[in-house]
Amino acid sequence: MADITMRVWRGDPGGGGFEDYELQSQEGEVVLDVIHRIQATDAPDLACRWNCKAGKCGSCSAEVNGKPRLMCMTRMDQLPEGPVTVAPMRAFPIIRDLVTDVSFNFEMAKKVPAFDPAPPPEGGYRMQQIDIERGQEFRKCIECFMCQDVCHVIRDHEENKPNYAGPRFFIRFAELEMHPLDTNDRRELAKELGLGMCNITKCCTEVCPEHIKITDNAIIPMKERVVDAQYDPVAWLGRKILRRHKLTAEEAADRG
Amino acid sequence: MAEIESHDYDVIVIGAGGAGLRAAIESVSRGLRTALICKSLLGKAHTVMAEGGVAAAMGNVYEEDNWKVHFRDTMRGGKMLNNWRMAELHAQEAPDRVLELEAWGALFDRTKDGKILQRDFGGHRYARLAHVGDRTGLELIRTLQQRAVSMGIDVFMECKILRLLSDSEGRVSGAVGYWRPTGEFVSFTAKAVVLASGGVGKSWKYTSNSWESTGDGHAMALWSGADLIDMEAVQFHPTGMVWPLSVRGILVTEGVRGDGGVLRNSEGERFMFGYVADMFRAETAESEEEADRWYDDHTAGRRPPELLPRDEVARSINSEVKGGRGSPHGGVFLDIASRRSPEVIRRRLPSMYHQFMELAGVDITREAMEVGPTCHYIMGGVRVDADTGAATVPGLFAAGEVAGGMHGSNRLGGNSLSDLLVFGRRAGMGASDYAEGRLGDPSVDAAEIDTIIADSLAPFTRESGENPYTIQSDLQEMMQALVGIIRTGSELDTALEKLGELRERAERTSIKGGRIYNPGWNLTTDLPSMLTVSRCVALGARDRKESRGGHTRDDFPKADPEFGKINLVLRQPAGGGVEGDIKVSPEPLLEMPDELKELFEEGH
Repeated sequence: MADITMRVWRGDPGGGGFEDYELQSQEGEVVLDVIHRIQATDAPDLACRWNCKAGKCGSCSAEVNGKPRLMCMTRMDQLPEGPVTVAPMRAFPIIRDLVTDVSFNFEMAKKVPAFDPAPPPEGGYRMQQIDIERGQEFRKCIECFMCQDVCHVIRDHEENKPNYAGPRFFIRFAELEMHPLDTNDRRELAKELGLGMCNITKCCTEVCPEHIKITDNAIIPMKERVVDAQYDPVAWLGRKILRRHKLTAEEAADRG
Repeated sequence: MAEIESHDYDVIVIGAGGAGLRAAIESVSRGLRTALICKSLLGKAHTVMAEGGVAAAMGNVYEEDNWKVHFRDTMRGGKMLNNWRMAELHAQEAPDRVLELEAWGALFDRTKDGKILQRDFGGHRYARLAHVGDRTGLELIRTLQQRAVSMGIDVFMECKILRLLSDSEGRVSGAVGYWRPTGEFVSFTAKAVVLASGGVGKSWKYTSNSWESTGDGHAMALWSGADLIDMEAVQFHPTGMVWPLSVRGILVTEGVRGDGGVLRNSEGERFMFGYVADMFRAETAESEEEADRWYDDHTAGRRPPELLPRDEVARSINSEVKGGRGSPHGGVFLDIASRRSPEVIRRRLPSMYHQFMELAGVDITREAMEVGPTCHYIMGGVRVDADTGAATVPGLFAAGEVAGGMHGSNRLGGNSLSDLLVFGRRAGMGASDYAEGRLGDPSVDAAEIDTIIADSLAPFTRESGENPYTIQSDLQEMMQALVGIIRTGSELDTALEKLGELRERAERTSIKGGRIYNPGWNLTTDLPSMLTVSRCVALGARDRKESRGGHTRDDFPKADPEFGKINLVLRQPAGGGVEGDIKVSPEPLLEMPDELKELFEEGH
């Protein structure tokens, strides 16, 4: 007996609307399982992206009951009773059904200059675990683009997109800026790509499936560094050289 | 001929996981016009699922480690069926490839003295896997992706390749496919084609593989006249999730066992002590006490049997479940909660912690996981030249899971990520050399393209055909039941009959909707390769009348020294194409040089 109703957005750039599918629930299912069952039976042409089905690839982002979620990590039995709505991410143009055109993100990725370390010393690079942990936090990013989806600067303001990289790339800038071996200064570019437009509402942090503290650990420190550089380039250079000590001090501050 | 979008390149790379990205980086760095083509978005390939690490004898944790030990471990893990030259190159070059990733921005976990940390894994004598917690694959793919993007590589995302194209002399000269977001067709001409299309696991019901692993590269190589080898060698990873049913098959990293986790049956017994094969007895602990000493100091005891190669562990779990000593949902227990502190577990295995917490409601710092074998990897694949990645037809190269030989009949954990890097680079070099030396512009047959396009669109024109998802599901059920972890001759014969029926059904599918991002239609274009590779696996399994590595025959339970000397080679007679018959022939393994043979004698 059908006991769940999936209210799935179907349509294309010309428009669309929600369609209801009635199914019988199965133990332990996630939203993506139910979408797959609809594909396999009623609607083989229902478009959605997915790959790993284990929260590692970031392909199946959608808005479930109005909130950005990975469909593969959203248990049906943890959603409130009643119809479950599944809609595409709103910040990106529709291709079809649950699939959006996320090329904005891939274009922005091209604007990030590559990691640029000094040549390795004899015996190879050495880095301490404590010095790379902040970078590792940002490198957990699975590029689900849900942080981009909820960011107010672009969610409702298409016109901001050309000049705004978004949270996903602010953590990329932060990752490289805080990398013990990188020699580039990325703050100018972060500024040009809209770091200042972020008004730290932390919506991105709230939706991150990897629990990356995007605002506190990446955006705010980057904003501070941009301001510092504007006032005092000598201090910036000194800090770049004495990066170890700076980072360690920051770690201490974080813990305090 | 219908006018379609077309592109001309020196090298096209099909597949953008680790191997494809690394091959493309090599080709671009040589200044060649290079295209990277993938079925999903960039950065979502199956490499991202790799958890435990990348195997490389860097000696950062155990100085005694070196490429010869790694080579020996790899060959023994593969039950000596490996292409020895691939195993040698792999062991020698993996450390440089890891260091290269570091120079490109990868942030591996560190030792106390600041070097790259290495962890223990099954079948590796020393702690050898460079890693980032349990998300090493993500680190690897993101590092290569960022490198490739910074080099300005042309990427064709969400573009499915249907067939390779050859010129009148049989040289591979291009490919034809379609864009998934638009349904429009696109053709490529190229002087060299690198296949880096991954595996075949989607033909089984319980698999760690994603929708993409439909064996496209294996099948297209065969259809173009290339040889495949060892297709019966399919790895069932011992530890996939078994419950809830909807997540059955999702991978649980071997790192759980490398970091101290143990397997127990319903009676609480560490049953692996009862399953140590003669080949591994001398180096495996005999008691729990001895095994537990080993984790802290590898000289204080021998290896725990939980860290035997994957084929051994998967078969043992299967036997325990069949013997009535399984867990409530038909697996066994993997316990790290009673052996490591919650802090250590959360730090070393963060994604396992979240995966079980969120999908199964199980807190792995407090209770045991339920696990069982899941289809994970195919050792068999396109027969290649070790040094260049060249397939047996000119113009075609292969690297990564789609290539055969490197892992013999069973792959060690951690040897896949290193394989991608070592042979991705080598295939990129081989393809670049070939492209630079190839005279004239590559030409393809326009009429052939028209036929391929027409065939792929046929499901739209059938009024009442079958739903392709039903056929896929029946194929998965059948392969799971008849060509699974334990096989017998009669069941393989049945499987081959059923594959014939499934192929007929696949020719009568029908599709509703349009061509724009239509998963049902996309599936009809994946089914031919799924059916071809399934047939190859069943044929190899039928003809290899022994048990070895990832191939176990109930009716021939022992390894046969005569079969240990041969590869089973699959090929289609010229002009075979998608419908062609597949011929299986035994051919002798490459002869290993004496100085390497010595590594397998007493005392090593």
